[in-house]
Amino acid sequence: MSLLHYMRAMQGIIGRELWRFITQRERFISALVRPLVWLFVFAAGFRAALGLAIAPPYDTYILYEVYITPGLCGMIQLFNGMQSSLSMVYDREMGSMRLLMVSPLPRWFLLLSKLLAGAGVSILQVYVFLLIALMYEIEAPWQGYLLLFPALMLTGLMLGALGLLLSSFIKQLENFAGVMNFVIFPMFFMSTALYPLWKLKESSKILHALASYNPFSQAVELIRFAMYGQVNKYALAYTLGAFILFSSLAIVGYSPSKGMMARKGMG
Amino acid sequence: MSNTKTLSIEKLRFAYQEKLALDNVSLTVNASDFSFLLGPNGAGKSTLFALITRLYDCREGSIALNGFDIKQQTRQALATLGIVFQQSTLDVDLTVQQNLHYHAALYGMSRKLAKNRIQEELERLAMFDRRSEKVAKLNGGHKRRVEIARALLHKPSLLLLDEPTVGLDVQSRLAIVEYIHYLTAHEQLAVLWASHLLDEIYPTDQVLVMHKGKIKAKGYSEQLLAMTKTKDITTAFAQLTQGELS
Repeated sequence: MSLLHYMRAMQGIIGRELWRFITQRERFISALVRPLVWLFVFAAGFRAALGLAIAPPYDTYILYEVYITPGLCGMIQLFNGMQSSLSMVYDREMGSMRLLMVSPLPRWFLLLSKLLAGAGVSILQVYVFLLIALMYEIEAPWQGYLLLFPALMLTGLMLGALGLLLSSFIKQLENFAGVMNFVIFPMFFMSTALYPLWKLKESSKILHALASYNPFSQAVELIRFAMYGQVNKYALAYTLGAFILFSSLAIVGYSPSKGMMARKGMG
Repeated sequence: MSNTKTLSIEKLRFAYQEKLALDNVSLTVNASDFSFLLGPNGAGKSTLFALITRLYDCREGSIALNGFDIKQQTRQALATLGIVFQQSTLDVDLTVQQNLHYHAALYGMSRKLAKNRIQEELERLAMFDRRSEKVAKLNGGHKRRVEIARALLHKPSLLLLDEPTVGLDVQSRLAIVEYIHYLTAHEQLAVLWASHLLDEIYPTDQVLVMHKGKIKAKGYSEQLLAMTKTKDITTAFAQLTQGELS
């Protein structure tokens, strides 16, 4: 197996995912509607209710819409990560997953390529969302948009790996609602996406602790700082660590010797 | 018939937790062999395929493809294998061509080589003119043809087909059976074809009767008839599987 083989395979996997996304207009639109509703309706309504102190990376008072924009970028990636990984295993993608698994490449490489493809799709969604936000005068410095790319790549990979991990260990999950209730909502609401950590501390110490350990919070902080041209090293290390942990466990879950496929009765 | 062991399975045993799915299965498929794995639903055919393709881990016994052990030399072994799954694994949102290019990329083929091979295989199956159509628009028989073309793109030496004709009309079924037989006879392809449809068996096929995870009998149709002292393959099969033909 040459390096060229690996490159061609990865290109094929990513290309297929991007093409599918671009041609599925409904998926594209629905992926954008969710964060836009939050931005234009929820954030507008909450603008008056929430007072935000000046805290890094912001060096001035900001509107609530500005605060939640990085959180909504994270939300796009969270939904995308869960949706692509879960649908991959449970419904129509079951077949293509099989096809992938029987191709002559190491399984870790195939799963990583799949994760990269998923992250690529979510990055596309985030940039389109930010473009719309820009029209609404929510803007970041231009360096921020550049630095955002590697940050989104890492956060997209981490959230995709989490989805993959869930899909490898949960036996029966036909229904996306279960993941919504038990994973997406708790992760989203117990994070810094909607309110800063110090605000949470004021209301509940437990919530504050949960939010600070929540890998989604660190992903959002990584995105937030990157948007303003800064690197939050703690968030970077935390997100990277979470990605390594989730992806390693997912690879174990998908290895034939651990029998995930067998447990699911794929035959 | 050549003596090259394209697929060699020895003393394979596999259980889903407590339930034994395969018990002491041994079989060989050589180049140019058409091996017909015949068994009622639940006999263990799909489990066997999942083990050969390494979707499941083979814990007891061994599987070798062209001399490569599936557990130790997985990638080399899988590179020689083409597979048509029971359920369609085509992406219906993509065109025929895009599906095939995706497969070619997974097998490390260059764009140019892939283009040529796609044309060759689709032309042989009279599907080249439909290469730009979305898979969703194709009927069941045509989808199957595309899957066969795809499985042959990287020129495997062993082709596995898991109930490939289920749900197809008679004409499509016969055409596919004939085409795969042609490949074994003219291109030295080794084929392991799992089915419970008895009318698909040719007299030259090596029939492996599988029942409750065991290989109950092996041989050409005539040998099976002699072994069971029956006059037709339906009765022979019913006898070997004790009337549990589905």
